[in-house]
Amino acid sequence: MPSPQFHSPETVEQASALLAANPQARVLAGGTDLIVQLRSRRIAPTAIVDIKRIAGMSGIRAADGGFAIGAATPCTALKDDKALAAAWPGVVEAANLIGSVQVRNRATMAGNLCNASPAADSVPALVAAGATVLIAGPSGQREVPAAEVTSGPGKNTLAHGEFVVEIRLPARPQGGGDAYLRSIPRTEMDIAVVGAGAALVLDASGTCTSARISIGAVAPTVLLVEAAGAALVGSKLDDAALERMAEAVRVAAKPIADKRGTVEYRIAMAGVLAKRVVEIARQRAEKA
Amino acid sequence: MNAPQDKASFKPAYDVVGTRPVRPDGVEKVTGKAIYGTDHVAAGMLHGAILRSPHPHARIRSIDTRKAEALPGVKAVVTGADFPSLASLEVSLGEGSGNIAAISRNCMAHEKVLYDGHAVAAVAATSAVIAEEAAALIEVEYEVLPHVLTIDEALAPGAPVLHEDMFTKGLPEKPAEPSNAALCFTVGRGEPDAAIAAAHTVVSGRYSALAVHQGYIEPHACVASYNADGQVQVWASSQGAFMIRTLCASILGISQADIRVTPLEIGGGFGGKTKVYLEPVAIVLSRKSGRPVRLAMSRADVFRASGPAPGVVADITVGADADGTITGVVMEFKMLSGANPGNDTHSGAMSALAHYNVANCRVTGWDVLCNTAATAAYRAPGAPQTIFPVECCIDEIAQKLGLDPIDIRLKNAARPGDVGIMGMPAGEIGYAECLEAAKAHPHYSAPLGPNQGRGIAGGTWGNYGGPSTATVNLGEDGSVLVTTGSPDIGGSRAAMAMMAAETLEIAYEQVRVTIADTSSIGFSMLTGGSRTTFATGKAVILACEEIIATLRARAAVMWSIDVSQTEWRGGAVHCLSGDKAGTSLTMGQIAAKAGFSGGPIAAEVALNAQGFLPGFGVHICDTEVDPETGHVSVTRYTVVQDVGTAIHPDYVEGQMQGGAAQGIGWALNEGYVYDKAGRMDNPGFLDYRMPVCSDLPMIDTVMVEKPNPAHPFGVKGVGEVPIVPPLGAVANAVSRAIGLRVHDLPLTPDRVYAAMQGKS
Ligand SMILES: Cc1cc2nc3c(=O)[nH]c(=O)nc-3n(C[C@H](O)[C@H](O)[C@H](O)COP(=O)(O)OP(=O)(O)OC[C@H]3O[C@@H](n4cnc5c(N)ncnc54)[C@H](O)[C@@H]3O)c2cc1C
Repeated sequence: MPSPQFHSPETVEQASALLAANPQARVLAGGTDLIVQLRSRRIAPTAIVDIKRIAGMSGIRAADGGFAIGAATPCTALKDDKALAAAWPGVVEAANLIGSVQVRNRATMAGNLCNASPAADSVPALVAAGATVLIAGPSGQREVPAAEVTSGPGKNTLAHGEFVVEIRLPARPQGGGDAYLRSIPRTEMDIAVVGAGAALVLDASGTCTSARISIGAVAPTVLLVEAAGAALVGSKLDDAALERMAEAVRVAAKPIADKRGTVEYRIAMAGVLAKRVVEIARQRAEKA
Repeated sequence: MNAPQDKASFKPAYDVVGTRPVRPDGVEKVTGKAIYGTDHVAAGMLHGAILRSPHPHARIRSIDTRKAEALPGVKAVVTGADFPSLASLEVSLGEGSGNIAAISRNCMAHEKVLYDGHAVAAVAATSAVIAEEAAALIEVEYEVLPHVLTIDEALAPGAPVLHEDMFTKGLPEKPAEPSNAALCFTVGRGEPDAAIAAAHTVVSGRYSALAVHQGYIEPHACVASYNADGQVQVWASSQGAFMIRTLCASILGISQADIRVTPLEIGGGFGGKTKVYLEPVAIVLSRKSGRPVRLAMSRADVFRASGPAPGVVADITVGADADGTITGVVMEFKMLSGANPGNDTHSGAMSALAHYNVANCRVTGWDVLCNTAATAAYRAPGAPQTIFPVECCIDEIAQKLGLDPIDIRLKNAARPGDVGIMGMPAGEIGYAECLEAAKAHPHYSAPLGPNQGRGIAGGTWGNYGGPSTATVNLGEDGSVLVTTGSPDIGGSRAAMAMMAAETLEIAYEQVRVTIADTSSIGFSMLTGGSRTTFATGKAVILACEEIIATLRARAAVMWSIDVSQTEWRGGAVHCLSGDKAGTSLTMGQIAAKAGFSGGPIAAEVALNAQGFLPGFGVHICDTEVDPETGHVSVTRYTVVQDVGTAIHPDYVEGQMQGGAAQGIGWALNEGYVYDKAGRMDNPGFLDYRMPVCSDLPMIDTVMVEKPNPAHPFGVKGVGEVPIVPPLGAVANAVSRAIGLRVHDLPLTPDRVYAAMQGKS
């Protein structure tokens, strides 16, 4: 069992070349999934490519009126960026539900996304917010919606030699608000039994003009439930609209039963959490 | 931490006892210098790894170790064939007695594996990586057998039997067939069935709780070194170095004088480190390789292969008069003890009603085996599981009769002089005082918010005494060295130093305490059962009294007077007659000249401490239940306990808080989960959900100090009781918050939600 080779490239091109050269290579960001999987022997990569030394890979910058978040930016740094935290509080809160302070000082949203756990906490918030992801590879760069990065538990759609360099969030729309909540038996240090994200836009009269509702841990990938959003658009988020939205969420949820929860409980909680995140997002939208 | 309350009512004034000095082992621990299980290094040491069974029940057909042995760096490979094939032999170790053959086979399987994680082979190699790689190269051919995981499965007709030679003990006649029921034990008195039939109010139900792990932070670890002449050294983190010596000697047929066990610092035990798992294996690996060998468990190993506390299923019926007097109780409970007979059935049966004065009762306990890790003691072993149903039923009776839940307990509380279920009158016990203190606490009358409920539960544990040895030596400067053989898991070094200082009337800082290896001090029973401050403390105090007597005799020699003309006061000998009358000699002055008055000043006391008294607790728990999700939050929690005299109140309060936290975990989210193949599905802290800090409020403590007359300072024992009431307190709080009772623990959100859905 030879130890894997360790690379710390300094450019995107070098990293991509190293990944392309070895199909067994793995990207290392915060390592809070990767090292655990290595230790438990779930994975045995022959090379590890640390992206943290690549210039510009850590940090948040303004881009196209919105935000570009470097793939190696730890979750705690998101909180420290006042503009980001004010624009997308749901995303920042979701990323800062991950693990503990120590874990979040290392863990990244890109790692959370690429690790492709159906229960990943930041992903429903990113999907609701309409985040996109900038991917670099041997044949250049491409930008895809966050929801398209994962394809199933532990599986992502990155091609050989590709890796995520940036997560992009649009500018917060006028009258916009977002939120994320998860259901866990404890208060922290737990994996979501169900997660739900919402991003709304309200007009001056309080009528919902856009709604994106996402759910986690109830399907092989995080789901954007378009019918749930549609149930809210045009309404003033009255009880009947909220109930139609929750019903669409429950219909979309296709969870498994496991040690973390039963099918019935997960479906019911998806509806409960969806209503709660819409309410928080509404309060934020009204303040915007 | 609270200030101790109501101290004056019971206790004489002490100078050191009852103060809160800094613990002597604290600096070493917080600076990272303390040597725990995996910190010990021996010259030339090898690293071991254990291959564990992936099957819950299988016959071992063959084990091929050739590939492992051929791997460069591998120095020894052992299997069950390297262990003596022992006949059954019972050994008594207090908390954790057992059968030597079963203990040996639990360390290393011989014919069969009995649970997922059961050790089948072990390797020693020049690095941990090589050892693990070699372990994976060992080829084991298993004949997989059907397995049983639950009480129903284990007792079903035709169920696969774990031990073909095990016949239920305790029945009027030996059964014709072996089974998975190891023991049936009944205690009782009066006419419980008639009393229940005649009762004004009757409640009954089936209650259950899952197996839970002690959850200590430090995984098991040891180093063993076997010399060519047959002498062995073991360094290990455990609750009893003598326990390790006894068991290793018996399992491996080694003279006890040839095994020297050095206790290392221990990162938590709670009863779970009262057994051997690794030590005999490390000795055999060392014997085979000729070099010292370290073995250490991973967290997953700890969960899969070291003892949880047994789960329970209990059927209970309680009858009461209109005024709340409990007239009859019938309870039958079954403990799920895992792969070997457990130790919780007797104590569970005897504890169940020990805090109440019940004229008519029958408690029947069954010890049931299944294909899960052999269970071990956990804080008040057996009592939380059997007192939980009792406390729930009392709560239901109080609700039916419109009685205050503390008043109904006061009406039935066991008091000094009451004759208990075992026919013995109770001594100076303090349950009633705890109930009074709980009632008077501001928590009990604080208003509750929406979706909140308040639960009350009591509980008890018998505590223990038993054999201990202590020595006290004086330095030439008069400083005091106390030595015991009792591993310190809860601050007992501080407590020993304080009791020595109090006895000698000197400053705490003048006393230092060492925990010696098994060849350097006489026998002490392991640290468990809340016995150490009581029993070992008593040995320390008596040894200090001998030191005082010696110092007076030496001073008398120095003054050329009769010893009767000396007096011990304020840490010095005072001369009462002759030309030196009115003068005094300090310990340092006498010790410096000890060579002229008779030699070094030392005392040793070995005793079997009797007169231990049970402890009692009453817990007040507020919970808030989210009506949409079933999520339970503990919003306020108060622990009231009869602790005897609190030697070091911080550590007493710490025990009360820690026990409550563990009990709340048992009630809310902890529990062993198995997959269909019989493998543990949550062998890590992520899915084995102990409470994290943010899950708990500050746990308030009230110490009721009712001294034990059989201990010089009134010690009773503290560490076990606080895990007993939380199961009932949390369940009662939740039942009052949601208006219905959930009988099965843990009260996970999905279970509480399902119960609430069923109601509406
Ligand atoms: C104690 C603990 C608690 C946790 N709690 C939570 C929790 O509450 N919620 C939650 O969602 N997760 C939790 N996690 C999981 C983990 O922390 C998160 O998924 C985290 O966001 C992973 O980020 P990372 O930077 O550490 O990823 P890494 O471990 O570095 O990588 C994760 C995976 O993604 C790949 N990868 C990483 N970056 C890239 C990239 N830029 N391009 C392509 N592939 C990449 C890696 O190769 C690897 O396969 C927890 C983990 C631990 C150890």
